[in-house]
Amino acid sequence: MSNTPITVRTMAEMMAAGETPEILFWVGCSGSFDDRAKKITKAIVRILDHVNIKFAILGAEESCNGDPAKRAGNEFLFQMQAMQNITVMNGYGIKKIVTGCPHCFNILKNEYPALGGNYEVIHHTQLVQDLINQGKLKVKGGAFKGKKIVFHDPCYLGRGNDVYEAPREIIQKLDSELAEMKRSRAKGLCCGAGGAQMFKEAEPGNKEVNVERTEEALALNPDVIAVACPFCNTMMTDGVKNFNKEDKTKVLDIAELIAQANDL
Amino acid sequence: MISSVIFAILLIGASVLFTINVRKIRRNILLGRDISLTDNKGDRLRTMLLVAFGQQKMFSKPIPAILHLFLYVAFIITQIELLEIIWDGFTGAHRAFRPALGGFYTFMVSFIEILSVLAFIGTIAFLSRRNLLKVPRLNMKELKGWPMKDANLILLGELSLLCFIFMMNGADEVLYSRGESHAVNTGGNSLGLSISSIIGPALFGNMSHDTLVILERVGWWGHIIMVFAFLNYLPISKHLHIILGFPNTYFSNLRKKGQFTTLESVTDVVAPNFDPAYVAKTDPNNPQRFGVKDVQDLTWKNLLDAYTCTECGRCTSACPQNITGKKLSPRKIMMDTRDRLEEVGKNIDKNKGTFVDDGKSLFDYISTEEIWACNTCNACVQECPVNIDPLAIIMDMRRFLVMEQSQSPNELNMMFTNTENNGAPWQFSPSDRANWTKEN
Repeated sequence: MSNTPITVRTMAEMMAAGETPEILFWVGCSGSFDDRAKKITKAIVRILDHVNIKFAILGAEESCNGDPAKRAGNEFLFQMQAMQNITVMNGYGIKKIVTGCPHCFNILKNEYPALGGNYEVIHHTQLVQDLINQGKLKVKGGAFKGKKIVFHDPCYLGRGNDVYEAPREIIQKLDSELAEMKRSRAKGLCCGAGGAQMFKEAEPGNKEVNVERTEEALALNPDVIAVACPFCNTMMTDGVKNFNKEDKTKVLDIAELIAQANDL
Repeated sequence: MISSVIFAILLIGASVLFTINVRKIRRNILLGRDISLTDNKGDRLRTMLLVAFGQQKMFSKPIPAILHLFLYVAFIITQIELLEIIWDGFTGAHRAFRPALGGFYTFMVSFIEILSVLAFIGTIAFLSRRNLLKVPRLNMKELKGWPMKDANLILLGELSLLCFIFMMNGADEVLYSRGESHAVNTGGNSLGLSISSIIGPALFGNMSHDTLVILERVGWWGHIIMVFAFLNYLPISKHLHIILGFPNTYFSNLRKKGQFTTLESVTDVVAPNFDPAYVAKTDPNNPQRFGVKDVQDLTWKNLLDAYTCTECGRCTSACPQNITGKKLSPRKIMMDTRDRLEEVGKNIDKNKGTFVDDGKSLFDYISTEEIWACNTCNACVQECPVNIDPLAIIMDMRRFLVMEQSQSPNELNMMFTNTENNGAPWQFSPSDRANWTKEN
């Protein structure tokens, strides 16, 4: 990926300049603060910039969407967060949102409408697929040509919202070999992070969920484990380290695959 | 004559008892909170036809699906023969439909016999999977005791139903060939039944007239008595799914699985902070508990789910937490919910129609360790062949623990505090949120 910085503007800056973006990029907490996830965020930004989509972020006005709180049972905190975000977004007249995380995607798309937030929400893999289909994004395999890539379905993209094909179609556009685990698509196994498990120790058992899942992926001997969620990314990366396979197998987001293969 | 009276008494007795038990189950289900699931009738009907009638989700595991299909189709089609048995029972006739239906009768009963053989194979296979092969999901610890006995009783009951039918038809075939059957003689030396015309002579060919008549009658009475027994066994058994599978799929959640319920009682508290003109949606005189403590806090659909569960364990075998050795088992969540609901129901029976607090709740059945382990990944919901939603119960119990009891694990409390103070689940300053834009 190139290192040329890209100017990212906030909604406030755009409004001040009297401009309206085509789409709001909802970065999310992970994408904003986690060092590994920030790389995914930047890959998404490079793709948006490459195809000349006029986008904005909320910047400091973005706050946690409330997913971890909601899944942990704290409906109060969730609704506080949601209404705060909805107030900001409705204030800017936001119509369309792309997210870098399936949890943000799910909650904004499915759970904000009941609280007054009605937007067209897409996940970044859907955006990339659209761009490819419309011919706006030409994809070449680059470094991933002929490589074996296994895709891990995020629960809130797959089972949660029935999006199974977008990430797979993108991987196939890279001229790479798409490998499937036995537990994939609707039968996909969770990485272990969802339901606020990311933020706590696991209950007593005989294995960590991420180890179980990574083991399944590594059994296919892939060059890349492709993910589409920053939390899955963390879990699978830890899993690969657990098996000391980080030299052979990389864990990369779909957005990173596109950005790296096309020198964005 | 006397046999017709005995039959009528048995039929009426079994029906009355069944009605009483069904009403009790209905009352128990309606202890749940009201929820409106009458929208999108077309989608609901389609879901029921595909998932329950068409067994669609069973086929994610093809071998058990086919074995189950044998039992299911045989069960459905046999109801036609049951009509004749009931008619004969009342009137004292013997194979009353045969002269009227002619060749169609022979075809129909022959078809039922072939399906019954397949059902027999299926039942033996199911008994073996459970008891000899010890398929893991059918031998987990939540099945110890009654659930395992229940499963085997159902299978043995089915075997006996099938054996009685073949005893009846087989003996009748031999009697008919000797011109001694009570069935109307329409010529020929066989009733023409596909299986019994072969196994009848093979098994009973050398027996005397009297023995054959006894065998035929034992088969007939044995079968119908087993049917009545089964009918009244259903309400205490996991086998209730043969009925409730249909309404349960009709009332399926039609939303995306990722969309969880929004608690209006919470919105009523939160929304006025953002919109002073907000009008409350819930009745302030009837404040609702936040989340679920006991079965009465669940919706009637959650309770219908519990009665529908046939304990197949597909949910549990797909649960990431259970696979990795944790205590959480979605099947156990459903079994516990039904057990507690039955306990509440008995309490109401004992106390003349009102529930008297017994100091217990759903938390006496389901531990917080199970509740907190869930990944909310929807694998259990996806797997269930009759669209049961164990996740909804887990989520609502979490809500109770957090919002009514402030009993969440410490790490989650820290996450809540961070979210509240920093707008992120970790300890970062909200003003640093866009710092990444300045980094390379």
